[in-house]
Amino acid sequence: MSATDTDVGAALPKVRADYLPLLLPVVLALAALPFIPSGSTWVTLTIAGLAMGMMIFVMASGLTLIFGLMDVLNFGHGAFIAIGAYMATLVLVPLGNWMQADSIWLNLAAVIPAVLFAMAVTGALGLAFERVVIAPVYGQHLKQILITMGGMIVAEQVLYAFFGPQQIPLPLPASLRGSFMLGEAAVEKYRVVCVLVGLVVFLGMLAILNRTRIGLLIRAGVENSEMVEALGYRITRLFVGVFMAGSALAGLGGVMWGLYREQVNAAMGGELLVLVFIVVIIGGLGSVTGCFIGALLVALATNYVGFLVPKAALVTDILLMVVILLWRPRGLYPVTSR
Amino acid sequence: MTSRFMPLSGDPPGSKVLSVALILIVLVLALAPFLFPGAKPLNVAAKICIFIALAASYDLLLGYTGVVSFAHTMFYGIGSYGIAMSLYSLGARWDAVGLGLLIALPLAALLALVIGLFSLRVQTIFFAMITLAVASAFAVLASQLSWLTGGEDGRSFRVPELLQPGTVFIPRDVLGIAVTGRTLTYYLVLVCCVLLFLLLLRVVNSPFGRVLQAIRENPFRAEALGYRTVVHRTLANCIAAAAAAAVGALNALWLRYTGPDTSLSFNIMLDILLIVVIGGMGTLYGAVIGGTLYILAQNYLQTLMGTVSAAAGEAGIPVLPQLFHPDRWLLWLGVLFILSVYFFPTGIVGKLRGGSG
Repeated sequence: MSATDTDVGAALPKVRADYLPLLLPVVLALAALPFIPSGSTWVTLTIAGLAMGMMIFVMASGLTLIFGLMDVLNFGHGAFIAIGAYMATLVLVPLGNWMQADSIWLNLAAVIPAVLFAMAVTGALGLAFERVVIAPVYGQHLKQILITMGGMIVAEQVLYAFFGPQQIPLPLPASLRGSFMLGEAAVEKYRVVCVLVGLVVFLGMLAILNRTRIGLLIRAGVENSEMVEALGYRITRLFVGVFMAGSALAGLGGVMWGLYREQVNAAMGGELLVLVFIVVIIGGLGSVTGCFIGALLVALATNYVGFLVPKAALVTDILLMVVILLWRPRGLYPVTSR
Repeated sequence: MTSRFMPLSGDPPGSKVLSVALILIVLVLALAPFLFPGAKPLNVAAKICIFIALAASYDLLLGYTGVVSFAHTMFYGIGSYGIAMSLYSLGARWDAVGLGLLIALPLAALLALVIGLFSLRVQTIFFAMITLAVASAFAVLASQLSWLTGGEDGRSFRVPELLQPGTVFIPRDVLGIAVTGRTLTYYLVLVCCVLLFLLLLRVVNSPFGRVLQAIRENPFRAEALGYRTVVHRTLANCIAAAAAAAVGALNALWLRYTGPDTSLSFNIMLDILLIVVIGGMGTLYGAVIGGTLYILAQNYLQTLMGTVSAAAGEAGIPVLPQLFHPDRWLLWLGVLFILSVYFFPTGIVGKLRGGSG
């Protein structure tokens, strides 16, 4: 018996690891170095780019996972980003004194509940959205796009109705403000925090997808959901769970972005959605690693180009997308055969 | 009505109520300058014409080909900016209008061709995302390159003398109304929009249009039958883009102004989507019904909502005043939109024709 097992294993062709896209952000960063006048500026720009990339990754990872598993493109994802940021203001504005306090513990005591609250609300809304709005249109792409688009319009208008059309300030806590010196380069503290949070989310997702039973089922579901169902697993429950997780991640990304801009408005959902789409397309629909690299590429390129030729930064992400798609028409890491 | 459309397309409205509604809409639009004197009603009538033609050109993509594009406003904007930039820099001359069209229409079609060849071979979802990204980049460019486009302020320009409001054709009032260049412009818009609509009706009912519908229903089978689906989709994309650019040019002539808000904003894309879905996808007549209702609602529903909001505010009901605030009318249209995708996928026209709901 065991002999057959090894034979089957030996018969399977070894999957060649595809490391090339992983090198792209590094290559991009090194390629920008000669154009930028001083090394310290380069360090500042690179860290700013990494931080922005990590935030976009957090927002985009949920979308790409939802697409990969459920074959649903959620145009309402942008609404979850905005809702997350608004929910954080609900907690942080009353706790303004704790935010202004000089103690990092008081700051964290305000920020952590705000993040958890935002994620809980967006997760719960994700559950409702999936059950009520999306469930009837599985498998119908045209209707999915139209319905989630409608959901986005309604969500944005409801936000305006409850919170008013004006921008709401979302100040950074005192201990995350300002910057420190890394050699000669000034590095903002909050950007480092963003990089760390993004890395934790990325590694956490990889660990869950590759090392746990749930991850195994999710990956199997991406490949062939009917087969997984036939094996006796309730794939719909898994779907709902992934949708909730994806929406909660959008909420987290919204809070991070709101703190980064230090303000929140309902239109941010639509604006970020475009960026998130570009990242997801570059990465290959459904791929978490591709999404991570795509986010870093877009953010780094935008930062470097924005420093060198400010006007050109407006279309950098589109050009990057075109170049990547010419190289790999289905994104860096195409996941499904769909 | 029916007999007039028959030789053109063989696609009559197909329902008595619908025919009557269409005749009524065309009659009212044709007589609008005399029925409703005043600047605002005429503006609304012109906007209805423009949005009917624009939604019809989008329906060629969404309803007949099953392609979801978010770049339609980009083409509309190319038409608007083409006219605006040439009239602004060359002055109020007819050859400037011609030059604007001569540059804008082929440019729109060419851009649609590039986007199409680049991405139409992929599935709906991918195409929707790519067009959204491209269109938003275009809008950002148009608002940032202020030396060329006037930036956020846009470009105001003078139209040729014949179309200027100051030009009076008949010294005495006709039916109590002064016949001016403004009236002529309105009829220019109306006639061009009718012609565009009839042209699109001809396209969707041609053999080419049938292939598009086959692709929408089952791309694999269409391909197996020997049709090159990518070519057909790309062509449909180019036709829709050129039509949208033409409508954009008309809109610019009517407004004598072009800016990001009137020609490129994402809200216009939402308007088109809502009109097509509520009116009825895959039935060009849906654009007529949907466009008329939508623009009327946009202009007059807000007043009504303001009254409801004020009444609810006086009655002391908590959230209701905000939800019915005139600025929140899109909220209710969004809800209507979702419900109509679920329950009336064929829209108003589909219902009137008695198709399966």
